[in-house]
Amino acid sequence: MASTRPNILVIEDDPPIRRFLRASLSSHDFDVQEAPGGKEALKLATQQPPDLVILDLGLPDVDGLEVIRQLRQWATMPIIIVSARGQEKDKVAALDAGADDYLTKPFGVGELLARIRVALRHAVTLAAGRGESSQFRVGQLHVDLAARRVLVAEAEVHLTPIEYKLLTTLAHYAGKVLTHRFLLKEVWGPTYSDQTHYLRIFMANLRRKIESDPARPRYLLTEQGVGYRLAEE
Amino acid sequence: MTDQQSHLDEPLEQIRQQVQASRRGRLKIFFGYAAGVGKTYSMLEAARAQAAAGAAIVLGYVEPHARPETEAMTLDMETLPPKLIEHRGITIKEFDLDAALARKPAILVADELAHTNAPTSRHAKRWQDVEELLEAGINVYSTLNVQHVESLNDIVTQISGIQVRETIPDSVFDQAESIELVDLPPEELLQRFREGKVYVPAQAESAMQRFFKLPNLIALRELALRRVADRVNVQVQAARHDAGGTQVWATSERLLVCVGPSPTSARVIRIAKRMASALRAVWIAAHVDTGSVMDDATQQKLTRNLNLAEQLGAETVTLSGQDVADEIVKYAHARNVTKIVIGKTGLPRWREMIGRSVVNQVLHRSGDIDVYVIRGREEPTGHASSRQLLRAAARVNRVQLAMAVVVAAACTGVAGLMRGLWPHLSEANQVMLYFLGIAFVAVRYGRWPGVLVSILSVLAFDFFFVPPYMTFAVHDTQYFITFCVMLVISLLISGLASRIRRQANLSRQRERRTEALYRLSRKLAGTAGTHQLVAAAETELAESYASEVAVFLPDKSGYLKATAGGPASFTADDRELAVAQWCFDHGQFAGAGTDTLPNAHALYVPLASPHGTVGVLALRSLELGRFDPPQQRQLLQTLASQIALAIERDSLAEQAQKVLVQAETERLRSSLLSSVSHDLRTPLAVIAGASSSLAEEGQSLSDATRRELLQTIVEESSRLALLVDNLLHITRIESGAVEVNRQWYPLEEIVGSALERTKKSLAGRQVKTHLPSDLPLVKLDGVLIEQVLINLLENVAKYTPAGSEVDVLTHMDGSDLLLEVADRGPGLSDAERQRVFDKFYRGAAAAGGQRGAGLGLAICRAIATAHGGRIWQEDRPGGGARFILSIPQGETPPAVDGEIAPEARTD
Repeated sequence: MASTRPNILVIEDDPPIRRFLRASLSSHDFDVQEAPGGKEALKLATQQPPDLVILDLGLPDVDGLEVIRQLRQWATMPIIIVSARGQEKDKVAALDAGADDYLTKPFGVGELLARIRVALRHAVTLAAGRGESSQFRVGQLHVDLAARRVLVAEAEVHLTPIEYKLLTTLAHYAGKVLTHRFLLKEVWGPTYSDQTHYLRIFMANLRRKIESDPARPRYLLTEQGVGYRLAEE
Repeated sequence: MTDQQSHLDEPLEQIRQQVQASRRGRLKIFFGYAAGVGKTYSMLEAARAQAAAGAAIVLGYVEPHARPETEAMTLDMETLPPKLIEHRGITIKEFDLDAALARKPAILVADELAHTNAPTSRHAKRWQDVEELLEAGINVYSTLNVQHVESLNDIVTQISGIQVRETIPDSVFDQAESIELVDLPPEELLQRFREGKVYVPAQAESAMQRFFKLPNLIALRELALRRVADRVNVQVQAARHDAGGTQVWATSERLLVCVGPSPTSARVIRIAKRMASALRAVWIAAHVDTGSVMDDATQQKLTRNLNLAEQLGAETVTLSGQDVADEIVKYAHARNVTKIVIGKTGLPRWREMIGRSVVNQVLHRSGDIDVYVIRGREEPTGHASSRQLLRAAARVNRVQLAMAVVVAAACTGVAGLMRGLWPHLSEANQVMLYFLGIAFVAVRYGRWPGVLVSILSVLAFDFFFVPPYMTFAVHDTQYFITFCVMLVISLLISGLASRIRRQANLSRQRERRTEALYRLSRKLAGTAGTHQLVAAAETELAESYASEVAVFLPDKSGYLKATAGGPASFTADDRELAVAQWCFDHGQFAGAGTDTLPNAHALYVPLASPHGTVGVLALRSLELGRFDPPQQRQLLQTLASQIALAIERDSLAEQAQKVLVQAETERLRSSLLSSVSHDLRTPLAVIAGASSSLAEEGQSLSDATRRELLQTIVEESSRLALLVDNLLHITRIESGAVEVNRQWYPLEEIVGSALERTKKSLAGRQVKTHLPSDLPLVKLDGVLIEQVLINLLENVAKYTPAGSEVDVLTHMDGSDLLLEVADRGPGLSDAERQRVFDKFYRGAAAAGGQRGAGLGLAICRAIATAHGGRIWQEDRPGGGARFILSIPQGETPPAVDGEIAPEARTD
């Protein structure tokens, strides 16, 4: 990569949205490549591998999910999905297929940039070979991974092993939405991937221990119908 | 005026006929004047020519008696196998109509148009089979001899002396697409006949011998040529008419022919038909029912005559009334008839002299209507009248005559007793007594017993009470005057009395008809729903006719079904159903007592309404021939049309209901459109305005203005996004595209994410959540219920003062989960509460608040309904509104053990 500016591939069939994305991203120090369809995008991606992909699921030529699968065969760059509300199933499928995050149309530039930043940072830490720090902090929440301790407002919170595993998994991907299936697989193992209510109950317990008002969570955010996300800032 | 009127109607009629002709098959008739002229040969020749040209031609039926050269022509052509019908031990070969309809060739060849089918066939006559083929769009070739044309039938009989029974209605002949005259000079035909080249049925050999004579053949040939020439003439006129020629169409003539049971009547009918065709006039055949009792044979003759008229294309009516001439003339005036055709009756000269004959009376009263009197067949009148008298006498019941004798005897006994008690009483008293007896008998038993008792009374009076007693001899000549006066008065009394009786009979009959109609229409008027209507009609008619009655209605594809649960036994029979179907498809009477499928158990009457046949009424009477008389048929038709109208009225009402619903939907749609167009346009206009001013004069604007414009764009676009989202959402939920995906949730998670997503709108308000810590897991669709909460909270933000409190409460009420959003806003009025969940209903916005699209609560209701629950609004004690969602929870939440996954512990 000659340029230090991150290279973003925008796969979107709607020209006005492409134009808007190009304008917004260029002005924030990103290099932008555009592809109106899946085939062209895959070709572009092999010619000049991007640092991040923004993908609209509803493409005219290839199914968005297929694009994700093909990219994931050889690349690990973050993929952010853009889709309409009410298509939770599609989002979950895309995330499970290897996408990193999603944005619901219509979205603002601020939201988009925030997601891009999170995704790029995760990519960098992953590339660095899991060299993540042993500490995770957000607001009053402090997870000391080395000491296996969790503190809220400097007071230690006692978690069960599963609660701890759940929290560390979320912390590992902080800012990124994790699907129910992913979390179940990571924490409980592959045989539990359909027992969504286990996850919900443990998440509720975790909130009671960590959040000041579990009904109005500050850290453990719900992405209804998709999964959970640990707030980053 | 009427001329102009009829002129206006003509083009329409012409178009209608043309349209009908284009859809129907075409009939070509090979027409000859006698057997042996080569009709079948010519027909086959034409068929072969067509086949050679590539048309799909099928031989449906060709008479097997053909000559070798004719038979040779059928050999290599597609031929339908004949239908074999067993009848009284004989197998009859018949044309297979169903096979022909199923094969559906371009042209079908069916010999002998006038052929009478075997008794169990669908139609009585082949021409009816051909009609059905034409109806099905199949072209037909057929053959016909001149003597088989109905209106020429009597002339042929006159010429040849042979009565031909197989006839076809003139309309079939007239409506044929083309007639090909197959002609052969009579001399040649005779030659062929002598050589044995003409087929002659064995049983008719002697008749044929008489028939095949030169004068006969010449006359028949002339008749045939003339009939074809007539047709050509009509075609020429029609062509001239098509070309816009003038006034050849001036026919405002209308004929009325009087029909009775006499054989003369048939001749009169045929003549009337010929007159009507010559004048191109509409014609009516009328019979006057005077209420006199007819024996079965007479009744049958009358029915036959009326049927004949109908076949020849007349409209038939039966009038009721005492005075035949009066009824005829009145009806003729009412229908604007221009010519009356009437047969000369064989009345004795003396009655004609008195002017009592119907003909004379009609002549007297007809006014400006022309009257044509047709000579009856010569029969010695005296002979006929005495025979008539005998027949009339035979018609009178013997018991009634016996009663006349008994009454006469009783009168004599009482008179004798009176004389014994009071010997000086004058004879006038005895005479009076006899009159009493005569009046009684005449009123009670009618005319002939009255006449008998009159004569007996005079004789008995003479015998017992006029000296010398016990003998018919009379001394005093003045008694002759007494006898004469007494006889005349007696006859007058009996005549008058019997006339009263007849009139009473007649009015009773009329009353019965009216009553049947009235009862049916009253019953139908008070009934709604097609099935109820049908059931009502069935029971009503079954009662008044003492018959089994069923009504068949078509399903959507036009196939008849008997209404379920009907009491009639014959409806289950598939064959009966087929008859009903035929009746329905053709809109004509069928089944028992008709020409079509007469072997059926029941009579089928089409339920004809102005917009077509809506069903079929079937009646099966145990009494044979119950429905045969034309009056009965007419009454049935009237009843049927009553039922049809009722059914149609009902379906119209149903349609009106549907239209109403549709209009309501339409109204909703247009309110959606107006709402959407307004709500879409406003933000769009703002965005377009703000962005264009930024794009065009961005440089000259101050920073503050620019920011303000940009802020406006951002706000308006999010408003647009919300509206579009909501619209899509409710459309998807209502169309059933959204599946309710129930899973087990801790409710606080849903409340939490809803509050997270409404954080911005609710900024500055205190939001309190009241979630019991022991609330079990609840089963619901988290995405949808979160949407309900979001919509309710957004409403709070829109319609309550900024900074006011919001409470979110949940608890279990029995097995129902209650989820409540309570505010401290102005609350709702009763009127608002009624409509607040309706689509596009918008509340009055709070000061500075934005109006929504009026969809939020409608979406909430749709989601609640999809969950089997409900949502409603209540006033909140202390001010404000409570919106409460209730969702039934039936299942026990799944148990979850604390730590279950072994992998977790190894970490």
